[in-house]
Amino acid sequence: MTQNIEKFDVIVVGAGPAGNAAAYTLAKAGKKVLQLERGEYPGSKNVQGAILYADALEKIIPDFRDSAPLERTVIEQRMWVMEDESYVGTTFRSDRFNQMPGNRYTIIRARFDKWFSEQVQKAGALVICEMTVIALLRDAAGKVIGVEVDREDGKIYADTVILADGVNSLVASRAGLRDDIKPAAVALAVKETIFLPKETVEARFNLKGSEGVVIEMLGSISQGMAGTAFLYTNKDSISLGIGCMLSDMKAQNTTPAELLEKLKQHPSVAPLIAGGETREYAAHLIPEGGYHALPELYGEGWLLVGDSAGFVNAVHREGSNLAMTSGRLAAETLLELGEKGLPSTAANLARYKARLEDSIVLKDLKKYRNIPDTLHSQRQFLSDYPALLNGAAHEFFTVDGQDKATKEKAIFNAFRERRSLLGLLGDAYRLWRATR
Amino acid sequence: MMKVEEKLFQNRYRVDADRPHIRIKNESVCNDGCVSRACVVCCPAGCWSFEEGKIGLITDGCLECGTCRVVCDTHGNVDWNYPRAGFGVLFKFG
Ligand code: SF4
Ligand code: SF4
Repeated sequence: MTQNIEKFDVIVVGAGPAGNAAAYTLAKAGKKVLQLERGEYPGSKNVQGAILYADALEKIIPDFRDSAPLERTVIEQRMWVMEDESYVGTTFRSDRFNQMPGNRYTIIRARFDKWFSEQVQKAGALVICEMTVIALLRDAAGKVIGVEVDREDGKIYADTVILADGVNSLVASRAGLRDDIKPAAVALAVKETIFLPKETVEARFNLKGSEGVVIEMLGSISQGMAGTAFLYTNKDSISLGIGCMLSDMKAQNTTPAELLEKLKQHPSVAPLIAGGETREYAAHLIPEGGYHALPELYGEGWLLVGDSAGFVNAVHREGSNLAMTSGRLAAETLLELGEKGLPSTAANLARYKARLEDSIVLKDLKKYRNIPDTLHSQRQFLSDYPALLNGAAHEFFTVDGQDKATKEKAIFNAFRERRSLLGLLGDAYRLWRATR
Repeated sequence: MMKVEEKLFQNRYRVDADRPHIRIKNESVCNDGCVSRACVVCCPAGCWSFEEGKIGLITDGCLECGTCRVVCDTHGNVDWNYPRAGFGVLFKFG
C-alpha cells in the first residue's frame, strides 16, 4: 500500500475495550477508521477477570444490554481477608442491583470482545485481524503518519494513530514513546475458567436467574507478596485467579501456577469449585504503577489509551472501564479537532489529557496515587493484619470458658506484640493519607 | 495439585513450528551471569527451565503475557516478540 492509494483518518492498533471504544466512537461519527488486531479474532489475545462496569460502556453504546453477551449481574460483593485455614470477611448483597439497569456484570472476554468488535464493524470501521503492527511511520519532522504491519509493502497511512495495543505495547516502547514496564509497576495475574453446571453455581452461591457474586481476597494466599485474588461467577463457570506484583514474585520461589493451585486448595475456596472442570488457563500483566508511573499520553500524531497508557485503578480493580473511557475520550478529542479543522499536533492533542483529567480516569488515578508505594513499603498491611484479624476472630468466636474481657485483652495484646501502638496509629494514618 | 502442563493442555494454540517468538539474547548471561533467574520462577506457563547449569526456553505453551521480558530488567536478555499474526495462544474465554 502506498500513500496515494489509501489514507485513513485514524488507525487504531488493537481490538480490546480501549481500541473498540475509540474505533466505535470515531466510525459512528463518520470517520474513516482502520482497526488492526494481531489475533485470529478480536478477543483471542485478550484476558481479564472479568467484570464489566456498565457506566463506561453505556456512554458509548447506551443500549448494550440488548445484545451484549453478559454472564451475570453482580448483586453480591464479598471481601475476604485470609489466613491459611480461615478468612474474615464482609458481604454486601442488595436486591437493588436486580432492578434494571444493572451496574456491574461478569463477562467472558473472548465472547464480549467479539460482540464489541461486531458493533465497531457495524458502525463502519474496517477491522482487519491477524495483522501485527511492527512499527510507526513518521515524517521528516517526526510526526507519526501511519503504521507498518507484518506484510509485504505493509505501510498504511493515517492522520492519527491510536495505540490500544495493551500492557506490553511493544510498538510504543520501540518507537520510544514510553519506557518498557518495570517489575514494581506491574502485577502478573493467572486465572482458570472452571466450568460447573449452572444449577450448581446458583446453589453454591445462593443465586437465582442472572444474579452473580464477586469475591475479592487478600492475605496469606499471596504469601507475603503484594497481591489479591478473585472469584467471579459466570453463567455456568467460575473465573478464579490471583495476581501479585512482579517485583515481589521475582524475589521468591513459588511459581504463579503453584500460587493458583494453593488458592484452589484453600479450605474456603475448594468447596466452591469442587467438581468443576478447568477449561482454560490464562495469564496477563496488569499495569498497577498508578499515577506516578503514567507515560506521556499523546504526542505528534499519536495517542495512548487503555492498558498501553497504564490506566488501571488497582485499589478498586478497575481497568476495562478506564480503558473504554480513555478510548472514547481519545475519539472525542479527534472529533473536536476535526470539527475545528485542527491537525493532530501534540499541542492540539493536549486536549485529550485535559479530557482525561476531567474524567474518572485521571481523577481516580490521582486520588490513589500513593497507594502503590504504601503497599510496597508497608508490608504489615499484607501479612500482619490478615493474620491478626483471623487470630482475633478465632479467639473471639471460640467458646472455651474464658470471659470476654480477657479475650479482648488477649486480642489487643496480640496486635501490640506485632505492631507497637504508635505503629498501629501510624498505619492507620498512612492508609488514610494514601487514599486522600 | 494440577500441574502447569495439565493447565496448558486445556488451552488452544496455533504453534508456529520452529519459529519461537521469544529468544534469549545471550545464553551465557543466563547460565553464568544471572543470580535471580526470575524468568524460571515467574513464567506462568513454565516455558523457562534451568537444569544442569543450562537455561532452557520452549515457547509452545506461552501465554504471551510479557512477564519474562519484564522480570529480566537487570540483564535485558530477553528478545521478546509476539508470535506472527494469527499464531500463538487463542483464548476461548480470555
Ligand atoms: S532473568 Fe534474564 S538473564 Fe536471568 S535467566 Fe532469565 S532470561 Fe536469563
Ligand atoms: S511471555 Fe509469559 S508465558 Fe510466555 S514465556 Fe514469557 S513469561 Fe512465559
